[in-house]
Amino acid sequence: MNYNWNWSIFFDQSPEGTGTYADMLLSGLLWTLATALCSWIIAFCLGSIIGVMRTLPSKAANAIGTGYVELFRNIPLLVQMFLWYSVMPEVVPENWGNWLKQLPNASFYTAVICLGFFTASRVAEQVRTGIESLPRGQRMAGTALGLTTAQTYRYVILPIAYRVILPPLTSEFLNNMKNTSVALTIGLLELTARARSMQEFSSQVFEAFTAATVIYLGISLLVVTVAGKIETRVAVPGAR
Amino acid sequence: MFSDFDLNVILGSLPYLFGTGMVFTVTLTALAATGGIILGTLIAMMRLSGIAALAIPAKIYVNFMRSLPLVLVIFWFYFLVPYIGQWMTGASRPISVGAFTSALVTFTLFEAAFFSEIMRAGIQSVSKGQTSAAQALGLNYRQTMATVILPQAFRNMVPLLLTQTIVLFQDTSLVYVISLTDFMGAASKVAQRDGRLVEMYIFAAVVYLIICLTASTLVRRLQRRVAIIR
Repeated sequence: MNYNWNWSIFFDQSPEGTGTYADMLLSGLLWTLATALCSWIIAFCLGSIIGVMRTLPSKAANAIGTGYVELFRNIPLLVQMFLWYSVMPEVVPENWGNWLKQLPNASFYTAVICLGFFTASRVAEQVRTGIESLPRGQRMAGTALGLTTAQTYRYVILPIAYRVILPPLTSEFLNNMKNTSVALTIGLLELTARARSMQEFSSQVFEAFTAATVIYLGISLLVVTVAGKIETRVAVPGAR
Repeated sequence: MFSDFDLNVILGSLPYLFGTGMVFTVTLTALAATGGIILGTLIAMMRLSGIAALAIPAKIYVNFMRSLPLVLVIFWFYFLVPYIGQWMTGASRPISVGAFTSALVTFTLFEAAFFSEIMRAGIQSVSKGQTSAAQALGLNYRQTMATVILPQAFRNMVPLLLTQTIVLFQDTSLVYVISLTDFMGAASKVAQRDGRLVEMYIFAAVVYLIICLTASTLVRRLQRRVAIIR
């Protein structure tokens, strides 16, 4: 391969004049983490509500939950991103639209909302599976003790269900983190976008992408390790 | 709001959207799914071979691919494939292979990691007794796999393989980042050209929704039928 490797490129000043290429990637990493964490909060809360709705006796709650999951799972993330970013400001009342359009960091907020709603549909499926994996006796025991449906969920079903789905939730968290890279299409300067601009400025393609790859692998490893620790920590003694 | 929703923009661009865009999307999905399932099965067999020299590289490959964002992998191969081509053909400079080939290579290699996890579960779902019976009949490894284990593994995993293919179908929209004209790329080009973002993006979303919803409903029905037979 006649490719000129130059690993010291990371310490060169970037043409943006705000620091070295390493600083550029670091700022990308921070945007990736901020987007991933903020959208995960939305995804976790909304996903839990939708997932619980799909297990309730109420037909209406079921239908809404199913509709939500089908809608958000069957449209590609890229299309959803464009819908939130380009279509949303046009179809809401005009003064709201204008406010949205001149919002600073609009691509960040859009990415957070979009990923939050998108990942919520995946979290909802995990929550539903977790609840359905529990023996029916749990619910019946709750009712027999005189707990209301809400109390049964709060004190009996959800505490076990969340423990059961901790491993799949970890991979959904990682998927959500990886999906933040799709937001580069709406102009979010996250890690992949920054690696791409570093490649464009310096034409050191493989150094830029190697750095991004190593960072993504590092985050995955960290998240998996931490999740493993949490799993042992919250495990119910004697169960499994 | 929707008062100036212009249906004619959509109608006028239908031949382009489907004739160029959707044909591209479907071709890429079909080729990458076929390649990905074949490669994924090989990787799954490597992981279950019990030979460390095969199992460990396969495991590293799968975990590596699964930790990276698809967008980054698309960029990687977009720039890497010309160099691989040069290395393989011994040419004096990186050969240009075109964005389609690089996208096809990307999706095949990326999805192989996901298909291999499905096929691994599939092979493990066939009971141990089947392997023992095949060996007792004097079949060698290749014969055991080809005539006993894999046919059953595929059959058990058809619903999951198809579900993953639907995911792949949606993921192909990301070739947008290397400016290829798939269905979404075509919609986006028309949208930019005519300044009709609202119409084109909503239309693209509806088309994807209908196709994927229909496909996943059919897969679910198939899953129920397979479940009864077993």
